[in-house]
Amino acid sequence: MSVIYLLISVSIIIAIGFFIAFVIAVKTGQYDDDYTPSVRMLFDDEIKKTPNNKIKTTKEKQI
Amino acid sequence: MSTQNCFHCGLIIPKNEVIVFDEKQFCCSGCKTVYEIFSLNDLTCYYDFEKSPGATPQDIQGKYDFLDNENIQLKLLEFQEDTTAIVSLNIPHIHCSSCIWILENLNRLKSGISASQVNFPEKKVRITYNPEKITLKDIAYTLSSIGYEPYISLENYEAGKYDVDRSLTYKLGVAFFCFGNIMLLSFPEYFEVKEFWLDNYKPFFRWLIFILAMPSFLYSASGYYVSAYKSIKSKMLNIDIPIALGIIVMFIRSTFDIVMDYGSGFFDSLTGLIFFMLLGKMFQIKTYSFLSFERDFKSYFPIAVTRINPNTREESIPIYDIDKGDRLLIRNQELIPVDGILISDKAEIDYSFVTGEAVPITKKSGDKVFAGGKQIGKVIEMEVLHTVSQSYLTQLWGNDIFQKDVQQKHKTITDTISRYFTPILLLIAFAGFGYWVFIDANTAFNVFTAVLIVACPCALALTAPFTFGNILRILGKQKFYLKNALVIEQLAKVDTLVFDKTGTITTNKKSNISYEGESLSSENLEMLKNVLRASNHPLSRMLYDFLPETKRIKLDDFKEITGKGILAVIENHQFQIGSFSFVANQEENSIQQTSLHIKIDGIYYGKYIFNNQYREGLGELFKELSLHYKIKVLSGDNDGERETLENLLPKGTELVFNQKPEQKLTFIKDLQDQGHNVMMIGDGLNDAGALAQSNVGISISENVNVFSPACDAILDATEFRHLNYFLKLSKNSIKIIKMSFVLSLLYNVVGLTFAITGNLLPLVAAIIMPLSTITIVSFVTLMSNYYAKKK
Repeated sequence: MSVIYLLISVSIIIAIGFFIAFVIAVKTGQYDDDYTPSVRMLFDDEIKKTPNNKIKTTKEKQI
Repeated sequence: MSTQNCFHCGLIIPKNEVIVFDEKQFCCSGCKTVYEIFSLNDLTCYYDFEKSPGATPQDIQGKYDFLDNENIQLKLLEFQEDTTAIVSLNIPHIHCSSCIWILENLNRLKSGISASQVNFPEKKVRITYNPEKITLKDIAYTLSSIGYEPYISLENYEAGKYDVDRSLTYKLGVAFFCFGNIMLLSFPEYFEVKEFWLDNYKPFFRWLIFILAMPSFLYSASGYYVSAYKSIKSKMLNIDIPIALGIIVMFIRSTFDIVMDYGSGFFDSLTGLIFFMLLGKMFQIKTYSFLSFERDFKSYFPIAVTRINPNTREESIPIYDIDKGDRLLIRNQELIPVDGILISDKAEIDYSFVTGEAVPITKKSGDKVFAGGKQIGKVIEMEVLHTVSQSYLTQLWGNDIFQKDVQQKHKTITDTISRYFTPILLLIAFAGFGYWVFIDANTAFNVFTAVLIVACPCALALTAPFTFGNILRILGKQKFYLKNALVIEQLAKVDTLVFDKTGTITTNKKSNISYEGESLSSENLEMLKNVLRASNHPLSRMLYDFLPETKRIKLDDFKEITGKGILAVIENHQFQIGSFSFVANQEENSIQQTSLHIKIDGIYYGKYIFNNQYREGLGELFKELSLHYKIKVLSGDNDGERETLENLLPKGTELVFNQKPEQKLTFIKDLQDQGHNVMMIGDGLNDAGALAQSNVGISISENVNVFSPACDAILDATEFRHLNYFLKLSKNSIKIIKMSFVLSLLYNVVGLTFAITGNLLPLVAAIIMPLSTITIVSFVTLMSNYYAKKK
């Protein structure tokens, strides 16, 4: 029967863990800028294709 | 192919001026250069995210020399070590995802920069770099060269490292944590499962709930106790008193219940209440981090100026180090930071910041120049008369209005209600107690506490924050940025509107130029344009832009006479352009107009008149406004435009001209002394005093990111004609609040009937409380959105 003590303490400890994570997130300023990260995460894929461009532009520079 | 847009900045390219490079069209070599830089560094992705995202780089020769000064650097840097330094720069041009991308890839442009991170809402970029490889000045120049000129002002210099106040977020987090866990633990009690083992663990659950409620009660709700205590001390009954009273009574009663084993107490309602009220507070705060409502002259002033030392060496010094007798060098478009005497033979100084006068003033050697003016044209030299703090302009800030604590005591609508609410509540509580005490002392105690608990004006307190929060967001989307929610209430109370003229009801962007006199042939126009090209005088520049494009003709002779005009010879024709006295050799009788007179080969042709361009929709706006408000127009200008204004504006509009900044302030003050609620709409530093004095000061801005004096609200100039709509919306929001007050009072009546009869079970409280909150919040949100749509 006393398993209820165990279950509840485990659940409370997990909840406290999440609460601490929240406090740390606030403290490090993660909630200060809620817009830029949403844009930034879309950038990575598009950087790769540039090498072709480089050749093209340098060629035209010579002309 | 009739109109082409620049690939880089998106501006329409004038005919015959297209620069084609890499199969793309550019409007000027500046834009082309930026493109070249990007394509050489593999950064053309910049153009993939957004179409034409760029800005034309400005000529900034020598502008950032002060960044080499170590003291200034020290103030600007966030962090500094041998090989790493971090600086945050404000870049007003940041506006799209391309901007974020290019600024976060600065390391590919300059090897000394190791990382950069953009904060979009604040329009800032935080750059980590190696000071051994690249200097701060180089970074500023790099940014400028790609069209992202950093904005560094005296404000940055003075502001230390500030800490953000995040306590409300913590409180909200704690409140939610407590509320959620208590709710879960309370479920067995709600359903009253008569199971043996659950009954066995009842004390364990209850004490756990008690412990969980402590952080919420002690920490999250602490703001209410402080506010209630302060309001009692100042003998004003605000809404926080019944709230704090309700919370405390609820806690004591619940603890009592648990200790005596009467029941489970009201901890679930208590923590829920605290959570919802904090949520309302959070919602009401909507900050526009890229705007500043507290600007004074400091944000206009540069950090440093160039001083010419006796050995003719130029040196950048912080402007607080300027001493009387120093010689300063002021470049084109630079602000004069102190009062002084002009040493160079002439200067064109634009005082529109200070006086509102749109047309630059010509000063000659030996004339006095005042701080706040902007030099246009060539580099000038001046000798300092006063230090920064003693200059004419900065003395305005010595006025009382700027010293006063801005937190003026004015009653909010919620406070007005609670002035009646609190005494009535206490009356009911004591009446209930008095009635029951003769029947059953125990019930009497229960009734007394139940009344205070159920009447705790949670829904009432949530009404205003949610309405104002929502309205604040709606207005923000329409480019009307309010400092805080209190401004809405103030807007609703306004009965007199005072407008500044220059820059507020007129626009600085375009000037309306008209010609009067004998018409000029197209050859003459062609030549006139070519003569004007050589002149740097602002009026010449304006007229030059106004005249149609022509081919270029070489000038044979050109002479500019300071304060008078131009003498030029072109294709054997003699041109005389300038003031009337210069062109016609006689005194002008109507001096009130700004005009350029033209004389060709000794024959007087006519004049170009520079009229103020009034904002679009001004007439209709004033007509609508005049139905409900008294309108007054203040101007720092002369009354040359009086007639035009009188025709344009509805009858009965008071027009006052030749007003100095201090006079504007007293004008507002006089109106207030007559019992009016005044709204001042202005721009520029010359209105700063009036804006601060008025009940609501609104600053109009062509570019909201920079240059707006301290005020309560910033309105984007393009939305100026919607002013009436904004005022109406603010009035409607007060209406919404009154309606939902009635609604929340109804809930209180229902709750009170339970309480008075002694039947308030924790379950009833746990249902009524969230239910009332949800209805109120959805009601005000729906209503405010409805009114916002109704134009």
